Amino acid sequence: MTPAIQAEQLRVSYGKLHVLRGISFIIPAGQGVVLLGANGCGKSTLMRSLNGLEKLQSGTIRIHGAALSGASRRELRQIRLGMGYVFQHFNLVPQLNAFQNVLFGSLGRHRFGLLSCLGLTASAADREMAMHCLDRVGMADRAQHRPSELSGGQQQRVAIARMLMQNPTVVIADEPIASLDPKAGREVLDLLWRIVREEKLSMLCTLHQLELAQEYGDRILGMKAGHVEIDAPVAETDTLQLNALYSGMTRVDAQPTEAAA
Amino acid sequence: MSDNSKLPPRFRAPSALTWVVAVGFAAFFIQGMIASNISIERLVRGANNLVRFVGQAVPPDFTRMPNIADAMLETMNIAIVGVTFGCLFSVPLAILAARNTAPNMVVRTIARFVISVARTIPDLIWALIFVVTVGLGPLAGILAIIMDTIGFAARFYSERFEEVQKGPSEALTATGAGRLSVIFGAILPESFASMTATSLFSVEKAIRSAVTLGLVGAGGIGVELSTAMRLFRYDQAAAIILVILLVVIAFEQLSTSIRKRII
Ligand SMILES: Nc1ncnc2c1ncn2[C@@H]1O[C@H](COP(=O)(O)OP(=O)(O)O)[C@@H](O)[C@H]1O
Ligand SMILES: [Mg+2]
Repeated sequence: MTPAIQAEQLRVSYGKLHVLRGISFIIPAGQGVVLLGANGCGKSTLMRSLNGLEKLQSGTIRIHGAALSGASRRELRQIRLGMGYVFQHFNLVPQLNAFQNVLFGSLGRHRFGLLSCLGLTASAADREMAMHCLDRVGMADRAQHRPSELSGGQQQRVAIARMLMQNPTVVIADEPIASLDPKAGREVLDLLWRIVREEKLSMLCTLHQLELAQEYGDRILGMKAGHVEIDAPVAETDTLQLNALYSGMTRVDAQPTEAAA
Repeated sequence: MSDNSKLPPRFRAPSALTWVVAVGFAAFFIQGMIASNISIERLVRGANNLVRFVGQAVPPDFTRMPNIADAMLETMNIAIVGVTFGCLFSVPLAILAARNTAPNMVVRTIARFVISVARTIPDLIWALIFVVTVGLGPLAGILAIIMDTIGFAARFYSERFEEVQKGPSEALTATGAGRLSVIFGAILPESFASMTATSLFSVEKAIRSAVTLGLVGAGGIGVELSTAMRLFRYDQAAAIILVILLVVIAFEQLSTSIRKRII
């Protein structure tokens, strides 16, 4: 079976700053992987490049076998369509209500894009599906609320509903609970992983809590200063090893050789 | 004794550029004073004339009120129609001109050029150009207002687009949505309040310029005003000016109250 995500020797730089310095890993279909690493080690950059939001300097990414680099704009959109993205800051459109935000999850599916995804114009099936997605994240009664009228946890739930609406096979979650308090974060993480397991999705999820990583993940990918340091099933990792990810030279922009640049 | 060499000096000699600018400005100012031939005697004569003007203007003559009302209506028509089309055309132009929505650099440069031309040429000159091209009357006024509105609204719309949060549009892009869907689904909703405020400002601006456009024959109340002035009927002119004042103030009040409600 082709793996969900296959990354080979990824390199990404911003000007002189080498952020990804040769990253390789494989995520088999259906596996839930937790990405660990200190702030500034390049996790977000990695996730953004998996979605084609960041340009690779070299290396290849395959999503279910389809190569990302060299893909035409249409092929890229096709790949993105199969990949749900959950952000740290939710990234809902603030002026639109939860229902409309969830409907936007189907933007990529429709030939006429936005014209078929507005509350006014969406098909009955899509409207029902959006409501069903909101229901699955427990937000059906908040469909008419704008993001500013919802708590952080509720906003992230709506964002997860938008991801569900997209009906992806791979999910990327970049610190999905980092802006939430521990209790709300726990609930949202529970919800996210439950959905991923129920739908048999593959996921790459950044977390900052080692115990949560070991509790939810099948496998752990540990990054340090633009390299993969750890790539092992959860059972084979130990806390000492994971803690080492957060000490010493962790940031990509803290190299003594580059301090002068 | 401590080392005083690092102390900032009390006075630093201005740079050569500052000198050039200051001297240039002074020369221009003095030359301007001389060229405009200002003298106490002329100012006194001007004051006398003003008193005479006011004397003849009071009481204002409202007998031509029906004509004035017609002309004022035409002015408002010019303003509203012009500003509506102006704002509508401004949206696509602003999309082509903003860094985060433009399809490429070439298109962006062209769009920005068009907008800055529309802005740089004053409304009265647009009116003169359109009076020459489409003839006297309200159509010339409408076209002039459209150009003037584009210069103002398209610029502010595109600046607003550029400062919108990146997150929501990135989220829609990540779902596989196309460019236009992202622009109209995320960037436009985020800019909506500010665009409405800009559009209301454009309306106020348009009413004020539509009043003057008649002076060069582009229709509306300005035509009445310039006729009255040329016939030395200052009492009729005063009536017209009062009507203009009333309408402009009413419009500004209305637009301020709408703006307050939106923001
Ligand atoms: N768009 C960008 N332009 C320049 N530098 C960036 C950009 N995005 C991230 N960086 C830099 O790349 C490094 C890694 O950032 P990031 O991938 O966000 O790390 P993480 O998500 O692990 O905290 C940081 O030093 C950051 O400053
Ligand atoms: Mg990050």
